[in-house]
Amino acid sequence: MATSVLDHAGAVGIHAEKTGLWAWITTVDHKKIGILYGASAFIFFLIGGLEALIIRWQLMKPDNNFVTPEFYNQLFTMHGTTMIFLAVMPLSAMFFNFFIPLLIGARDVAFPRLNAFSFWVFLFGGLFLNSSFLFNAAPNGGWFGYANLSSKQYSPGLNMDFWAMGLQILGIASLAAGVNFFVTILNMRAPGMKLIRMPMFVWMSFITQLLVLLSFPVITVALILLMFDRLFGTNFFVPAGGGDTILWQHLFWVFGHPEVYILILPAFGIISEVLPVFSRKPLFGYTAMVFSGCFIAFLGFGVWSHHMFSTGMGPIADSVFSLATMLIAIPTGVKVFNWMGTTWGGSIQMKTPMYFALGFIAMFIMGGLSGVMHSSAPADLQQTDTYFVVAHFHYVLFGGSIFALVSGAYYWWPKMFGHMLDEGLGKVHFWLMLIGFNLTFFPMHIVGLEGMPRRVYTYPAGLGFESLNRLETIGSLILGFSFLVFIFNVIKSALSKVPAPADPWNGATLEWSIPSPPQEFNFPSIPTVHGRDPFWEEKRARGGKLPEPARVSGAGIHLPDPSYWPFLAAVGVLLLFIALMHHDSKFGPAYIFAAVSVLFFSIFNWVFEPFHEG
Amino acid sequence: MDAHALHPATSTGIPNRKLAIWTFIGSECLFFASLISVYLVYRGKSLVGPYPAEIFEIPLVTVGTALLLFSSLFVVLALNGCEQGNRKKFLGWLAMTILCGIFFIGMQVYEFTHFYHEGLTMQKNLFGASFFTLTGFHGTHVTIGVIWLISIFIEGVRGHVPPAKALNFEMSALYWHFVDVVWIVIFPVVYLMNK
Amino acid sequence: MDSTAQAHAHTFPERAGEYVRIGLILFVLTALEVGAYELAHRPGVPLHDFLQVWLIPVLIVLSAIKFALVALFYMHLKWDGPLLKGIFSFSLFLATFVILALLALFIYQGKFSAMIGPLTGVT
Repeated sequence: MATSVLDHAGAVGIHAEKTGLWAWITTVDHKKIGILYGASAFIFFLIGGLEALIIRWQLMKPDNNFVTPEFYNQLFTMHGTTMIFLAVMPLSAMFFNFFIPLLIGARDVAFPRLNAFSFWVFLFGGLFLNSSFLFNAAPNGGWFGYANLSSKQYSPGLNMDFWAMGLQILGIASLAAGVNFFVTILNMRAPGMKLIRMPMFVWMSFITQLLVLLSFPVITVALILLMFDRLFGTNFFVPAGGGDTILWQHLFWVFGHPEVYILILPAFGIISEVLPVFSRKPLFGYTAMVFSGCFIAFLGFGVWSHHMFSTGMGPIADSVFSLATMLIAIPTGVKVFNWMGTTWGGSIQMKTPMYFALGFIAMFIMGGLSGVMHSSAPADLQQTDTYFVVAHFHYVLFGGSIFALVSGAYYWWPKMFGHMLDEGLGKVHFWLMLIGFNLTFFPMHIVGLEGMPRRVYTYPAGLGFESLNRLETIGSLILGFSFLVFIFNVIKSALSKVPAPADPWNGATLEWSIPSPPQEFNFPSIPTVHGRDPFWEEKRARGGKLPEPARVSGAGIHLPDPSYWPFLAAVGVLLLFIALMHHDSKFGPAYIFAAVSVLFFSIFNWVFEPFHEG
Repeated sequence: MDAHALHPATSTGIPNRKLAIWTFIGSECLFFASLISVYLVYRGKSLVGPYPAEIFEIPLVTVGTALLLFSSLFVVLALNGCEQGNRKKFLGWLAMTILCGIFFIGMQVYEFTHFYHEGLTMQKNLFGASFFTLTGFHGTHVTIGVIWLISIFIEGVRGHVPPAKALNFEMSALYWHFVDVVWIVIFPVVYLMNK
Repeated sequence: MDSTAQAHAHTFPERAGEYVRIGLILFVLTALEVGAYELAHRPGVPLHDFLQVWLIPVLIVLSAIKFALVALFYMHLKWDGPLLKGIFSFSLFLATFVILALLALFIYQGKFSAMIGPLTGVT
């Protein structure tokens, strides 16, 4: 579609309607969908953050009864599930959507309507999961849903039904997006944008899609079996019927470990874009970065059982998975050294995105080091199920993923919205976040090694946990406050409307060559790429700074038409799962039939809609 | 519009939708791998009968297997006809494919009903649970494939699948073959290794 | 890769004969599978003793050949470029790995501990 748009420019009229609710519901523009992803994910992030603050408030002092044990179980389950599936993954998806086409020089993704479908399914899945709070039946068996905590016997309410169905819906969204971006990255590159010239963010996103495509089917099956156990009384994970609860753990972690890299690889990509620009140097060791990313993903499929050392797999399995896990430190170390090599001797510009990127490196190294400690099975047996593990994965997921996503937000904000964020407030945000983060999570290493267990709603006085827990709660409040500063920054900048130039940071990649925010068709003419840092090379060739690119009419450029069928198909998916929840009611089969009809009707209209998407 | 306008140049030279269906098939490999793993892990772990060896009807399933294999041959002949613009070859073999698919589903419905009367249900034991889940999801894929092929057939009858649009049909054909190769694995692993 | 895709899109080779030949091979292989199964389950017939031991490897080899024939010829992978071949083979590799790894983990769950435990003093 990208390069031959003029062929059928006259075939379909260019749509005029571009604003209002209807335009957002029917949009197939990757930039609008990216903003939809970002806005929804940020709201879910705030909900997940609020859950975390309630958890910290409860743990502030011993024997506290701020929340009931039952509600505490719901809080930590929903906090984990929300942050992973509804915050970090879709925040990465925001950057995939908005920037992958811009970075590879395309006008849209390969399947614009499928892209809209992914977003709506994701949003409905997130709303479905969170609606459980309205029925006082939020999931309460942990984000990993271990059998048989999740079985009908121990979780008779609707709680884990919401969890399993909600994740199933979100899986559909992720798989659809996975296919879409996999094809987009391979097929929609501008002339000259060879694979080995692609920006590192695109590379890491590409590997992420591969992980999504190959790991989500496994959790899909695990969730299907769980639902069969819960809805139809099968015995897959019921020991009384011969089922093996360990099978759930294996299936979950065959998915779960690649999922960890699904969360961190896009962050690696963002950091690899920010560091070179603010060091005024090309990325150090580009090829090594590409291959270490591939290696991490490949190994990521062979280490899942390191989450299960305490299940007693035996010394052989323990050793194999320990060794494979330790191996991952090598490509990760390669990445860390390459990031440091990128800044080494650079002309460093200390702008807000750079603060967060450097913060990322430091925090991620700490999380990585405690990760290597877990890889040793005997050490892990001491650490598992304690706050030490909580400290570890928050250092990689918050200190890693969130720091990088915030860095990316400050870096790309001018491009997305056409105005700059305030630098001063950004730095206040950074310092509050860094201090709050470390105050919250560093003491967890200590209380964890001292034996404080995870997922328990309180602790008795006199075990030496009091002062550190109080410190953690204070830290979490600072951390929460830092995001209020960010929100204030967003509002203030939006009101003051300091217009962003096309290229505020002297960027290296194609997105900075077009106006901020980009016009609907992205590139008036598809660029031709000659190297790895195409925009730096162009600026060098044309003698330094380029004039501000003009906004052009774009007449004759054919864009995909808006469509409401993806939205309706997503409604069909949602209805199907709601109907499944009511399968044993009087009209259960009728509900399911109606939902399937809506789904098929929408898909058929979608397929036969006159539409050109290559 | 010529074929080029319908399949604009892509960076790899492979049309977007063809790459997408292959990507989807790659993803589906892991879906069926997980189901097959569950079946194999639970092999011989059922606490009560009926057990596989005493309930399988190998001749019946062999007929179903042959039907699915032949349908794979028929659909590739139909695709060959579609690409050549040979309407008779395209629609004739496609109709045969759809018939084979429907007979396969019929075979499976008969088999499931028969097992149910023999006392095998999803709730009865692990064999029932994992067997019905694995073959049931395969059957669901066959059903979706049949619906897909029927809509291609209707489009073909209306003359909407000229050689330039053969990719529309090729996607469903690739999916159909994939469903067939999954059965090529299931047939020996589930039915013939039933001890 | 570009040129092969274009050639595929514009010339439509007559492959009916080849497809039918593959179909016959597939049919014969399926007959062999069922035949092997029957021989393994009837005491006194030729090859019975051999197949009682080797039935599973024989079936795996036969079905792998069938799988490869359908993928290469009917799914056109034989004529496709390295990308599509790579996507499918990598997925298959990973799928096989997951199946084998899970089987190994469950077959040997706890058994190695019992074997090695006395040697290491760990119980």
